[in-house]
Amino acid sequence: MTDIMLKVESLSAWYGAARILYDLTFEVGRGEVVALMGRNGAGKSTTMKAIMGLIAQRQGKVAFNGDDISRLEPYQIARRGLGFTPEDRRIFSDLTVMENLDIGRQPPRRFADGAAAPQWTPERLFALFPNLAEMPDRPGGRMSGGEQQMLTVARTLMGNPLLVLLDEPSEGVAPLIVEQMANTIIELKKEGLSILLSEQNIHFAQLVSDRVYVLEKGQIQWQGTMAQLSGSPDIQRTYLTV
Amino acid sequence: MTLNAFLFQILNGLSAASGLFLIAAGLSLIFGVTRIVNLAHGSLYMLGTYIAYTFATKIGGVTGFWGGIVATALIVGVIGALIEIVLLRRIYRAPELFQLLATFALVLVINDAALWLWGPADLLGPRAPGFRGAIEILGRRLPSYDLFLIVIGPLVLLALHLTLSRTRFGRLIRAATQDREMVGALGVNQAVLFTSVFALGAALAGLGGALQIAREPANLATDLIALGDAFVVVVVGGMGSIPGAYLAAVIIAEVKALCVGIGVVDFGFVTINFSKFTLVAEFLVMAIVLIARPYGLLGKAQGAVRSIAEPEEPIRPATPLLKALGAVVLVLLVCLPLLAQSTYFGSPYLLVLGIDVLIAIIFAASLHFIMGPGGMHSFGHAAYFGLGAYGAALLVKWLALPFGAALVAAPLLALAGALLFGWFAVRLSGVYLAMLTLAFAQIVWAAVFQWEGFTGGSNGVIGVWPPPPFDKSWVYFLLTLVLAVAAVLLLRRVLFAPFGYAMRAGRDSALRAEAIGIDVKRVHWLGFAIAGLICGVAGGLFAFAKGSISPETIHINRSIDGLVMVLLGGVQTLTGPIVGASVFAVLQDTVMRQTEYWRALMGAIILVLVLAFPQGIVGAFAALWRKAGGRT
Repeated sequence: MTDIMLKVESLSAWYGAARILYDLTFEVGRGEVVALMGRNGAGKSTTMKAIMGLIAQRQGKVAFNGDDISRLEPYQIARRGLGFTPEDRRIFSDLTVMENLDIGRQPPRRFADGAAAPQWTPERLFALFPNLAEMPDRPGGRMSGGEQQMLTVARTLMGNPLLVLLDEPSEGVAPLIVEQMANTIIELKKEGLSILLSEQNIHFAQLVSDRVYVLEKGQIQWQGTMAQLSGSPDIQRTYLTV
Repeated sequence: MTLNAFLFQILNGLSAASGLFLIAAGLSLIFGVTRIVNLAHGSLYMLGTYIAYTFATKIGGVTGFWGGIVATALIVGVIGALIEIVLLRRIYRAPELFQLLATFALVLVINDAALWLWGPADLLGPRAPGFRGAIEILGRRLPSYDLFLIVIGPLVLLALHLTLSRTRFGRLIRAATQDREMVGALGVNQAVLFTSVFALGAALAGLGGALQIAREPANLATDLIALGDAFVVVVVGGMGSIPGAYLAAVIIAEVKALCVGIGVVDFGFVTINFSKFTLVAEFLVMAIVLIARPYGLLGKAQGAVRSIAEPEEPIRPATPLLKALGAVVLVLLVCLPLLAQSTYFGSPYLLVLGIDVLIAIIFAASLHFIMGPGGMHSFGHAAYFGLGAYGAALLVKWLALPFGAALVAAPLLALAGALLFGWFAVRLSGVYLAMLTLAFAQIVWAAVFQWEGFTGGSNGVIGVWPPPPFDKSWVYFLLTLVLAVAAVLLLRRVLFAPFGYAMRAGRDSALRAEAIGIDVKRVHWLGFAIAGLICGVAGGLFAFAKGSISPETIHINRSIDGLVMVLLGGVQTLTGPIVGASVFAVLQDTVMRQTEYWRALMGAIILVLVLAFPQGIVGAFAALWRKAGGRT
């Protein structure tokens, strides 16, 4: 990997007195899809929130697109081109689909080397998520879980991110939607985006990921390529099987 | 009342509704986005009337009046922005109630600033240029300015609606009202958004105030009156709903106007002057709406607000060190009567101050009991204090009950009140609960104030002195001390009993507590009642300590004093209310004597405390203690 988009060094995080993350070190290359895998409570979501600056009690260094973002506010991190789609989606339920998209809108941006990042408009996103195109004026609160999942990804893409933190996109949605999400991720990868994915579902991760970090109890227990993980039932049994 | 007179009153009500709507809309917007209940909102409204008055009289003419109103809105908007940047921005992460304390300090500071700048006299502005006359409607003359006001309310409603639905700023406000953290994670600078929303809300309040100058004089008491009205309107309409605010403003203003219009009615057995019922009517409407629709007429259940404050530390039993400290303080207090007689620095005033502090401690400890461990933020705790005080005084006055019996009856009356009001209150939570408790307190206050024949009205009850030996201040002091210690220990004991655990469990997660078989509403209701009972003790003691009581005893100021005491000490520590009440009572008794501008001084002290000790005094020391390694 020549071009590192996200480099996390010794990241730790606490909720009150409880320590959740222990010195995580990992990286995501440009155009790469990396999966953070682990069981419930392993610290996947917390890792993403800590990178995004949403957890006040955190330590360690996070570099993104060549800049240190460890001490920035969430909005400043977002404005550097780091997109975040939370696990619980957090759609603005009083706002329509179009209005939700508008909240995520940010100016076009470039990679550190000057190359333009993929730029998104509602029209392009509707092409990517045809279901959303059918309901531009529907309030977010009256959408199905799968539709909300698409909207939360689309909303993040409106910020023209360079890298997206995708927290459990396959959780609690219908199998058809899961398949669609996988296609979307492959599509985004083709566009040149990097993606850090958190996932419990190995079948989903296998469809889209290049590399894997396996988390347990807030520590990285294993790392390697997706192919290596697929070929190691032992590791899967130890860290992933419920 | 004839039909014409009735319709005329409706028009009157509509013009009053516009002013109510302007201030309530601003309050609602600010609360929605920042989750701060801006107690200083009435003060911004009051500033609006004063600033507009100055423009209208110093510059005069059309420019001075109409230009002045626009300029006033802008100036108050800037003041709002400054308040947000200088003060509130530092305390967004502090517990919600601390933010209330900070904005209440602003109420005090702004009130004294206005006193200093404009003096104590009422200032009536000139008539509005272009709207000096009156129009004959329904056989009566309606000032044309009132017609102008009737129109301005819906216009502002429309403007706000378009802003919220058609502009990006409006969409951001709506999104942030629901989930401000997510808005930040999408790249929106919350600081800028918060400041602009605060400025917009402040400007609306300033505009509302400015528009009143041709109708009502600028007056130093308008801040709390406007605040109370705005609260009622926002809560009745539903927090965060702008159309709801207008609807509620119309309803409240109409009910008030009709009360005035009906006037005195003779029912044969009793004569009621409805025009005196405006206050009660307003709060009755609110109480009814909250009971029927807990989130207001057009409000929605708020999604769980993502708290950005640190999770609450659990309360812990006293350490041996704390117990020893308590014992030392107790011994010192027992010796206070001797100290007061000593020739060097003794003074009889010391005992009076001591009694005040002890009563404040009982009051604050009982409020803390429901606020901290119960999580019920009562804004009307003065009601139970007042029920105790008036109960004792009136029993002595009308039934010539002996001292001891009156002192026992006082808390029982407060208990009855708390059982009644608490039954409704525990069905709500958060700001709505706070407002409902405030409404009940205002109803008690208004009843006492307006039922002159029985309660003495504004004159209160006088000549309620304790019999010997309690007429000696040292004996009375010791009695108060015994009761205060008993009250504090009893409340502590309850908190560390299964009942106390259940109450805290209900606070932390009502759903989970119910899932393990706790009847949360019932537990909280009983908690509310216990707090009322103990508070009644303080009220009874207060009546006999002062020898006289007035409606001041139940005034909203006392409820707020209680909040300040609890927050000053720290909500999540058991010693907090004791320390907070002591500091507050001593400050009030000493600072108040020093200067005419005691409110500003008090406000400044609170602000310093809020910024320096965001966890309360005791909380700050506890944190220091833990840092020093003395983890308990």
